[in-house]
Amino acid sequence: MSAINQYTDLYRQFGRRIDAASSPVLNALRQAALAALDGRRLPAKGDENYEVSDLEALYAPDYGLNIDRLDVAADTDEPFRCDVPNLSTSLYYIFNDMYHGSGFTSGTLPEGVMVSSLRNADEAASKIIGKYYGSIAPIDDPQVALNTLLAQDGILVYVPARTVVEKPIQLVNLLRAAGPLMTNRRILVVVEAGAQAKMLVCDHTQTADVDFLNTQVVEIYVGEGATFDYYDLEEASGHTHRVSSLWARQEAGSNLLINGITLMNGTTRNDYHIDINGERAETQLLGMAIGSGSQHIDNHTYIGHNVGYCHSNELFKYVLDDDAVGAFTGKILVAPGSPRTEAYQSNRNICASDRARMHTKPQLEIYTDDVKCGHGATVGQLDEEAMFYMQTRGISCHEARTLLMQAFMSDVIDGVRLEALRDRLRHLVEKRFAGTLAQCRSCTAAQACHAKIKK
Amino acid sequence: MDKEQDSKNILDEATGGEYKYGFVTDIDTHVIPKGLDEDVVRYISSIKGEPEWLLDFRLKAYRHWQKMEMPHWAHLDIPPIDFNAISYYAAPKKKEGPKSMDDVDPELRKTFDKLGISLEEQMRLSGVAVDAVMDSVSVKTTYKERLAELGVIFCSISEAVRDYPDLVKKYLGTVVPYTDNFYAALNSAVFSDGSFVYIPKGVRCPMELSTYFRINAADTGQFERTLIVADDDAYVSYLEGCTAPMRDENQLHAAIVEIVVEDRAMVKYSTVQNWYPGDKDGKGGIYNFVTKRGLCRGDFSKLSWTQVETGSAITWKYPSCVLAGDNSVGEFYSVALTNNFQQADTGTKMIHLGKNTRSTIVSKGISAGHSQNSYRGLVRVAPKAANSRNYTQCDSLLLSDTSGAHTFPYIDVRNDSSVVEHEATTSKINEEQIFYCNQRGISTEDAIGLIVNGYAKEVLTKLPMEFAVEAQKLLQVSLEGSIG
Repeated sequence: MSAINQYTDLYRQFGRRIDAASSPVLNALRQAALAALDGRRLPAKGDENYEVSDLEALYAPDYGLNIDRLDVAADTDEPFRCDVPNLSTSLYYIFNDMYHGSGFTSGTLPEGVMVSSLRNADEAASKIIGKYYGSIAPIDDPQVALNTLLAQDGILVYVPARTVVEKPIQLVNLLRAAGPLMTNRRILVVVEAGAQAKMLVCDHTQTADVDFLNTQVVEIYVGEGATFDYYDLEEASGHTHRVSSLWARQEAGSNLLINGITLMNGTTRNDYHIDINGERAETQLLGMAIGSGSQHIDNHTYIGHNVGYCHSNELFKYVLDDDAVGAFTGKILVAPGSPRTEAYQSNRNICASDRARMHTKPQLEIYTDDVKCGHGATVGQLDEEAMFYMQTRGISCHEARTLLMQAFMSDVIDGVRLEALRDRLRHLVEKRFAGTLAQCRSCTAAQACHAKIKK
Repeated sequence: MDKEQDSKNILDEATGGEYKYGFVTDIDTHVIPKGLDEDVVRYISSIKGEPEWLLDFRLKAYRHWQKMEMPHWAHLDIPPIDFNAISYYAAPKKKEGPKSMDDVDPELRKTFDKLGISLEEQMRLSGVAVDAVMDSVSVKTTYKERLAELGVIFCSISEAVRDYPDLVKKYLGTVVPYTDNFYAALNSAVFSDGSFVYIPKGVRCPMELSTYFRINAADTGQFERTLIVADDDAYVSYLEGCTAPMRDENQLHAAIVEIVVEDRAMVKYSTVQNWYPGDKDGKGGIYNFVTKRGLCRGDFSKLSWTQVETGSAITWKYPSCVLAGDNSVGEFYSVALTNNFQQADTGTKMIHLGKNTRSTIVSKGISAGHSQNSYRGLVRVAPKAANSRNYTQCDSLLLSDTSGAHTFPYIDVRNDSSVVEHEATTSKINEEQIFYCNQRGISTEDAIGLIVNGYAKEVLTKLPMEFAVEAQKLLQVSLEGSIG
């Protein structure tokens, strides 16, 4: 018996209510999702690419679902650690999995740019959702199918051709519930030819002791010559289980940057699946995870070089302390007839305690000869000599450790293409290593700032 | 353009070498009917006159095998194998035991001559003892007496079962249990013969021990079983070389090699594998599904695998080291060349269990034609394996745009004092290097030869002298043409 069954049963029983509280474009794919899930099971521990993550077990508990879309009293006044000083963003919220519209958008978006709820979309937005929703993430993937079956809302970001959105679009996801809750959200990003945009997504949990299963499917379309940056920052609670699956399609000459950062979480499984379908496209896929306690961080990546003359670069870094478990499984596939491909993949890890565990599997699958591909993986510790040297210079052992770990993480942070965000991330990582993130003091300032804007 | 075409032709020519060792020896072979059931297992055991415990071992393995399924996780396209269409035992019919070379079947001697490993020559010149396995039963063992003086046991497994049952019983199946995997279970049930080596405490084996395997009778799978035990402070270098006659029907080979390395002992295991890889269109060829594993049981023990793989239609092989003893060392050096429609999924496993254990992996893949060549390796560091160290380097060289090179490393680290490194590169043969050689008056074909040889050198130099020569020959045969 797979954990899937309880969700398909749920849909069979309450499908009408789910559909009623959603929109026709989202409902259109539910039968296909149901069919795709028939007789399937979720990946379990031991399956290829799931060496440490057991999705069957993750989906098995009986979570509540807000199928009738009852209002949640989420608190937008609460300070968020992802607040970026000196960076003004167009800010949007998703409470649990419900779109909450613009919070503190200062200024307006350029003409034609749409940020909209998937549920309550106007005609123009619905047209775009109908065109792209479910077209990038394949429904035969059980994670995608489950999300498609249950997702009732989400966000659409649409940037029309040759439009430059200067101000980053920020999406803050808040989880708040009294009892165990499953949320299914959907993010759809369409950046048309020649357009440019940046997006920052942050995950927070406001009720730290409640169990959450938070599933997310992100679909990103990057048109010809378009540039898109996607930063995904997870700073949730130890009871938050996140299963995220990102699917991106790149056209010729496009430039995509994805940076996934896990600072605080319970269990996280991130899938990044990028298909490069046009020549001379560039892809940067970066990731970083800091794990302590019993955090569990599993990243799986796939970059498909389906055409030639493209360049991809992948870097994932982990620092694991206490009983944290980290996993990285990455694959680069160079399809036949994709000449002049350059693809690099690197995974560097530090195990800082004797109970921490790292599992890594960087893979290359290459079906053509005119390529330059490389991958590397290391698991090691902090340099003892550097530690010793710093102590001789009067830097305490603890401080030296923090400094080295920060330095270790710096090349992922350096990949961030927004200066203000880069600084903020550096600060957050510093706090995280100092163990004071949970009581982040600087947030008081941010709170005051929030209050001002609100007034 | 001409130049490009020219270099392409040379590459084609270079990678199009036909199999040189394809011939069938017409020897009177004793073959049992095709198919496998408990009776066949009992029959094999009885004609070999095995003791009860070994029959039990075989039957347990057979029963377990029946519950298992063929593994499909490898990056291989394996056509369905009908295990009932294989004959599980083939032995040259016994005449009176040969007392000298003159008594050896002339056909068999001709086979060795064609392979260029005439026993007399080897006996006289190189001092290598040869335990020649023709199909499944050992026919000739040389230098036995000299080895016996030192207490080294080097004989076929059947002889060992007869003469040293306690030794075999103690070690058989301890490194590769019959439950290990599908092919290991099959082998444990029906293994016909193989070599047994025991090096007693403190003995350094004075010569390289070598076995030439040949698959001979049509349609017979060969199920070798090799067991090597190096007791405390012992040393042995073991060579395994394979060439097989040309065949149209696929042949299955599922061997097991088990190695036990005790305190401060060292075993060096070298393989040159050149079984029939199938013809240019991918027809025929050997299926090579081998389980090779060594257990470094003792402290300061060392096991080194070196392999040059040029043959077989399908290779599924992961020589592994279980580093259980503190300060033990595992090494794996490999060159795998695939051409035409060959497929290889090969690599190693390094399981670090003891403290201060070290392992090195150097793997060089060369893919030509339409072949698919994968490296698959596992490095696991257990929580108690403090201060362990691993370095892995696996490079792939692509010689055609229709071939594939893949790398699947698995790294699993469970403590905070170990360092594991993995590096891999994949690239095409460097045109600038060819151009540079051309400038210096070296023809393109010689240049490609030089580059490929240089690329594999790091591994080839790890082979014992005698073997290195043959290994280079085999690389040349597989990349034949004008490559020098």
